Amino acid sequence: MVTLNHYLILSAILFAIGTAGVFVRRNLITILLSIEIMLNAVNLTFVAFGRALGSADGQIIVFFVMTVAAAEAAVGLAIVISLFRHKESLNPDSFASLKW
Amino acid sequence: MPPGVSLSDFYYILPELVLTGGALLVLIADVLLPKERRAALAWVTLLALGATAAALVPFANTHVEVAHGLLAVDRFSLFFKILFLLAAAITVLMSIRYLETEGAASPGEYYFLILCATLGMMIMAGGIDLITIMIGLETMAVSFYILAGYIKPNQRSNEAAVKYFLLGAFSLGILLYGMSLMYGLSGTTNLRVMASAFVGQEKDPRLMLAVILVVAGVGFKIAAVPFHMWAPDVYEGAPTPVTAFLSVGSKAASFAMLIRIFVEGMPSMSADWRLLFYVLSILTMTAGNIAAVTQSNVKRMLAYSSIAHAGYLLMGIVAGTARGITATLIYLMIYSFMQLGAFAVITLLRRKDVVGDELKDFSGLAFRNPFAAFAMLLFMLSLGGIPPTAGFMGKFWLFSAAIDAHYYGLAVIGVLNSAISLYYYVRIVVFMYLKKETSGSDPVITPALALVLGVTVMATLVLGVYPQLLFRVADVSARTLGVAGITAAIR
Amino acid sequence: MGSEALAFYAFGAVAIAASLLVIAQRNPIYSVLLLIASFGALSGLYVLLDAPFVAVIQIIVYAGAIMVLFLFVVMLLNAPHEETEYDERVHPLLRPGPMRFGACLALVLAIELWWALARGVDTGAFPGGAVTSVAVIGRSLFTDYAFAFEVTSILILVAMVGAVVLARRDDPRERRKPGER
Repeated sequence: MVTLNHYLILSAILFAIGTAGVFVRRNLITILLSIEIMLNAVNLTFVAFGRALGSADGQIIVFFVMTVAAAEAAVGLAIVISLFRHKESLNPDSFASLKW
Repeated sequence: MPPGVSLSDFYYILPELVLTGGALLVLIADVLLPKERRAALAWVTLLALGATAAALVPFANTHVEVAHGLLAVDRFSLFFKILFLLAAAITVLMSIRYLETEGAASPGEYYFLILCATLGMMIMAGGIDLITIMIGLETMAVSFYILAGYIKPNQRSNEAAVKYFLLGAFSLGILLYGMSLMYGLSGTTNLRVMASAFVGQEKDPRLMLAVILVVAGVGFKIAAVPFHMWAPDVYEGAPTPVTAFLSVGSKAASFAMLIRIFVEGMPSMSADWRLLFYVLSILTMTAGNIAAVTQSNVKRMLAYSSIAHAGYLLMGIVAGTARGITATLIYLMIYSFMQLGAFAVITLLRRKDVVGDELKDFSGLAFRNPFAAFAMLLFMLSLGGIPPTAGFMGKFWLFSAAIDAHYYGLAVIGVLNSAISLYYYVRIVVFMYLKKETSGSDPVITPALALVLGVTVMATLVLGVYPQLLFRVADVSARTLGVAGITAAIR
Repeated sequence: MGSEALAFYAFGAVAIAASLLVIAQRNPIYSVLLLIASFGALSGLYVLLDAPFVAVIQIIVYAGAIMVLFLFVVMLLNAPHEETEYDERVHPLLRPGPMRFGACLALVLAIELWWALARGVDTGAFPGGAVTSVAVIGRSLFTDYAFAFEVTSILILVAMVGAVVLARRDDPRERRKPGER
């Protein structure tokens, strides 16, 4: 039998993978993808709780989280493009003028 | 009229509507105006902010929930809305010459984003629902990501945008994960309903995890140690007026969000989150002040000073009493004026031939522009907490609120930290008044900057001598929250 | 094991494996494609959770729009495998400064999540009465959450303006010399 806890633990694993990716990787695109994994773990938690509570709220929040993710992705990728024009690199360590 | 939306909702969100209209007007005017006339956009922006302030007047005594419990229109949100509008107006005045000097492509989008960031902050301060808070936070944060990278030819600005964006998006993920647990364990997204749902659940480990995650997420936004690593780089690299707005507006809005989530949403968990903030407060003020001592770039130094101030501000939250919240509100207002003023002086020093944010750029300022030097002297003394400036009154209330709640150790550490901070504030004064060697052209003061310095100097002096009015306003604002509930839980 | 449990473990395994590979890949294109696979598995989980609306927008919006945007950018930049040999040789936990801190943080977080969730109350089977109707969700979205929905439009506008401002090449006639320093 699949219970709420199964879904919560699955989303916790996904969230931890995303968090690890943000810190372990040095490619801006991959870091952005890791943040998307984190947001998807959040969505899974919301939907699972919404199902357990028998309410539509969980699904509606997911709708808003997706909007936020879309807005962030658009701006984040624009920032990456504008930076790439200067640097020709996506490695955060190559930004010398500010300390990382 | 569709079901669920009533005319009264439109009435209560009038300030937000006016601000949105103003932002759109700026965006359209940018396209319609010929290039030479676009400097006028700053005045359109100021007009929009003024109109929004005027639209706040009918709500001076309102205390309602509107839009199906998504938004509260109360004294607490009113206090913050006034703070945001003031900060935005001062930022716009600072930006006029700065944008010309930097050769930014288009002022229209810049002012549009400033207004949208302000809108996001206003929604954050009024939000009593996780969804409203999240959307308001993102509207503000996305605007700031773009503003931080606005000076595209400047590489430091680019990198500031990348760092702010990465850490901001990461912290949003953590915050949302905490919020998802809060939703799941209470069954609602409304903070006020949540407060009663959490009673009796204090020992659930999942709820403790939610508290930890939300504290970490909010910690990023207010730049509390150990979640502060983005702040110095972003503050140094972003355009100076944006840094000013970021360090004041974003911080104040994040404190409003923090107070809404924890004081209104989780009063029954107050023992847990007050302990976490206690640790964060000590770490933040100590690490911030020690790091600030070693800086030679003034923007970076002010970034660490701003981190340290987040630590002082947390003392009021740790106390958790109505008096503590009041002290935090008072200090946020006072901090806004002195911080904005200090950044205005840095903006003043930005000339065609001088970047103006290094410590050596301040040398001999007293002989070249005595008014700016005097203003900076005042802001530094105020940030350091020397009487009779406003900063002293603010710190006095924060420390006494901590003592009142029996946090004697915290108050002592706060006082010691203020003493450390004097070292680097006074160092700037020494450069301005005692060093003679100067470089570059003379810094010229524009009418807009004179107005900014005039207002911030007056506020810093008047609030130091006559703080009663601000105290009364902040006290009433803090008491509109359910603080009484927490105070009962503590005793 | 019932068919529902079988489906849960299958989708869960795909989601975890694909996500792990996303952060282990050196080529960003593969990472993006693997993330789409992970999103597909999540979409299957949403169907199991009686949330067909979320399952569909997960595919249309996330996999269809956001990830394609990522793909465009990766291809536009012709993003190389730019990580150095160093990254391949050294274990993440042994790398310098913030990365080691970050890897430890992620580890602590994973343990913490496990501890909190595994000790949580036994939840048992899901109750009946799930909200599957798109009509119900839509009505709620445009009445109870109408205000948040409207603010979202401003958020999207900000993102749009921002993307244009940041990514466009300024008119060369307008371009000035970069700031001194």
